[in-house]
Amino acid sequence: MTKRKFNWYKYASPANFYPLAGKMIPWFAIPAAILFIVGLYVGFFVAPTDAQQGEVYRIIFIHVPAAWMGMFLYILLAVYAGIGWAFNARLSAMMASSISITGAMFTFLSLITGSLWGKPTWGTWWVWDARMTSTLILMFLYIGFISLQSAIDDPRRADRAGAVLALVGVINIPIIYFSVQWWNTLHQGATIRILNKPTMAPPMLAAMLIMLAACWLYSIAIVLYRLRFIIVERERGAAQVAAATAGI
Amino acid sequence: MKLSEFFSMGGYAFYIWGSYLIAFIAIGGEVLLLWRRRHAQKQVNFSLPESKYDEKTS
Repeated sequence: MTKRKFNWYKYASPANFYPLAGKMIPWFAIPAAILFIVGLYVGFFVAPTDAQQGEVYRIIFIHVPAAWMGMFLYILLAVYAGIGWAFNARLSAMMASSISITGAMFTFLSLITGSLWGKPTWGTWWVWDARMTSTLILMFLYIGFISLQSAIDDPRRADRAGAVLALVGVINIPIIYFSVQWWNTLHQGATIRILNKPTMAPPMLAAMLIMLAACWLYSIAIVLYRLRFIIVERERGAAQVAAATAGI
Repeated sequence: MKLSEFFSMGGYAFYIWGSYLIAFIAIGGEVLLLWRRRHAQKQVNFSLPESKYDEKTS
């Protein structure tokens, strides 16, 4: 007997991934909760008052991670939707649907917290700045994806329509990211760049990165949690077919 | 630092606590809605089909 190989395709099946997802959730949810608490502690008690902005800058500990998550999750959504479309993979398409709600939530959060920061700092709740406008478009892309999926009855057709929208919308992500360089409008430039040293005090940076890690872990946990509901709802038909044809 | 001083956040209390309150409601709301969906789904009695990929590899 040869050595048993691990079959990766096994977990491409929704029925097999369902129990695995259930086992994975606590491994992400519990660290997420701990890191949210640690991040808020560092953000409010360790990080010093900003020399220019005073205390109001503490909004960035939720604003920046939320804005990043909105963009990351959209890319992830488009990748899963694309794989689901190209390879006719049901689980991948379900993953995209599951991500869309959390992505929309984080994008909404980044717009609202940005607005709450903008009012005392810039003196306005909203301007049609390049980055803010492109983030609003990201929000509409999420809403479009969610409504398109719920408007089409046949889930496989809904997946394909959603995938087209998601893949076309990816063009918006580099626009958001580079908007502060391409157009010199109100939103400030990036504080953290991959190649340069970040221009902020270490405890501030630490708080932001801890909150980002917490948001990532939270997203994975909640997306897997929602995925389980989507699997049950979509595979119910398959379960009934299997039960009905079992005796034949 | 006094407690009242901490909560006043140098006069930015509304903006800062407003932001974190909305974040708490948004994240908590997402979890709560899914939690409730769990109860709605429990009433449907069904089981997932066996996968054709199960234990097939050798």
